[in-house]
Amino acid sequence: MINQLLGAIELGLVYGLMVLGVYITFRILKIPDLTVDGSITLGMAVCAMITNAGHPFLAMVVALLAGAAAGSVTAFFQTKCKIAPILAGIMTMSGLYSINLLIMNNGSPNISILGSDTLFSMFQTATMLTKHTSIITVAVVICAIVVMLVEFFFSTPTGLSICATGDNEDMVRATSISTDKMKWIALAIANACVSLSGAMYTQYMGYADVTAGSGTIVVGFASVIIGETICVRKNIRIGFVSAIVGSVVYRIIIAVAIKTNLFPTYFLKLISVIIIVIALSIKPIRDSIAASNSKARRVKKSVKNQ
Amino acid sequence: MLKINNLYKTFERGTVNEKAALKGLSLELRPDDFATIIGSNGAGKTTLFNAIAGVFISDEGEIYIDGEDMTFKPETYRARVVGRIFQNPLMGTAPSLTIEQNLAIAYSSSKKGFLRPAISKKDRELFRETLSRLNMGLEDRMKTSMGLLSGGQRQAVTLMMAVIVTPKILLLDEHTAALDPLTAEKVLEITKEVVKEKHITTLMITHNIASALHLGNRTLMMDDGNIVLDLSGPERDNLTVEGLLDKYRQVKGHILDNDRILLSQE
Repeated sequence: MINQLLGAIELGLVYGLMVLGVYITFRILKIPDLTVDGSITLGMAVCAMITNAGHPFLAMVVALLAGAAAGSVTAFFQTKCKIAPILAGIMTMSGLYSINLLIMNNGSPNISILGSDTLFSMFQTATMLTKHTSIITVAVVICAIVVMLVEFFFSTPTGLSICATGDNEDMVRATSISTDKMKWIALAIANACVSLSGAMYTQYMGYADVTAGSGTIVVGFASVIIGETICVRKNIRIGFVSAIVGSVVYRIIIAVAIKTNLFPTYFLKLISVIIIVIALSIKPIRDSIAASNSKARRVKKSVKNQ
Repeated sequence: MLKINNLYKTFERGTVNEKAALKGLSLELRPDDFATIIGSNGAGKTTLFNAIAGVFISDEGEIYIDGEDMTFKPETYRARVVGRIFQNPLMGTAPSLTIEQNLAIAYSSSKKGFLRPAISKKDRELFRETLSRLNMGLEDRMKTSMGLLSGGQRQAVTLMMAVIVTPKILLLDEHTAALDPLTAEKVLEITKEVVKEKHITTLMITHNIASALHLGNRTLMMDDGNIVLDLSGPERDNLTVEGLLDKYRQVKGHILDNDRILLSQE
């Protein structure tokens, strides 16, 4: 069990930056960005190729840039072509499928990087730590650096303007800030995080697969919601950390559920969807319960009065 | 300060819904002018504001602000010199950000540099001072979410955001219409003070004929996409509310001399 638990924590950390990216678009920009499914695979593909070429660190950097480019494409569709945000994300995501296959050795659906040096394996050889410890250390360090950078960015005027863009576009435009530019920056940063997460996944798992990204957005939403429930979203700084926490807790929940045979592995996505739908509908459910309680109370009272 | 020459704008051109909203409107505002605009619904008041603010590019005509040709400049560019407040208090602020963050966004357009904290100590002092002018106690609640404030408070903060970097033109689109009478009066009072102190050229749309006469130094009446009456000086000073209403009816009767106006006069 302890091994499964450690595995879940590792996977949660590896996916943490993906959730951070989803948090930025879904919660700050308030646009559900479906590019994620494509940009995480883009990160995997880019990382696999460059890692196999012997540059595991460069692989991370290039994956990050590739993700930012993917986010920029979505932003272009949204702001310049005026395509509805969800549709814009789907366009990029679908387009990326072909791009990803192109990157992966001209069309092979998966690539193994077993035998190549990765950040995780290099750290392990250098420090002589156990496998789990070194993986968790590397993942925590990468997540911490990125979260700190993102937190710093969102404390600058540009970051603040991005928050305001998600809140009230009219107001931002009225203060001579271009909302198009803000959306572009936010989508680029978000997808850079997602893609970096994909790169970490490839170095962690030892392969890249063109289908590995499908349904990622659903996992992202679920993790964001779990993280917010745990951390109680007070301000944006806690929000970023809650994304990583949510990702880890999500993986732990799934690991426990599978271990105790609650449901078979292929039920993962259905369970995620159920978690999201319940979490998103808590407020309307609570409201309608309150309304019917109120009605029942008043009907009773009027019966008594008669 | 503001010069508009022969401005035209038609919406949905070439369709059955074609609507000529501005028909050759010309207007010149001198520095320090505070003009109120009255006119019935559909007269083109808000369209005029949208044209000045650059929400759309006009079909014909020119717009100059402080001598600079703004005719083809985008909205975000003009926002540097044009401040605007809407009727809906929710439109001017970002609800999930704090009061000081909202002010910081309005203020940041005056500052350079991207990688610095959004709110410096000095900024905070300035915001505190600005908010204390409102006498609403907001200077002690700068870290409160904007969404928790009442409509009147939000509108007051919006006003401060619009003038924290002094604009050349201030457009007020019935900005007190959604507030209760007392709060409306207070916001109007603050508006008057700030406009006077900072010497901002101001245009204000209102449906309150009394304030149209008493506020500022000019009263404009719009009808059917044009300015049909421009009152200032002694003529305006001597005009009563009743007198202005008479002029209003005259204009409407004269221009819309058809059975539609007869029906609506019952």
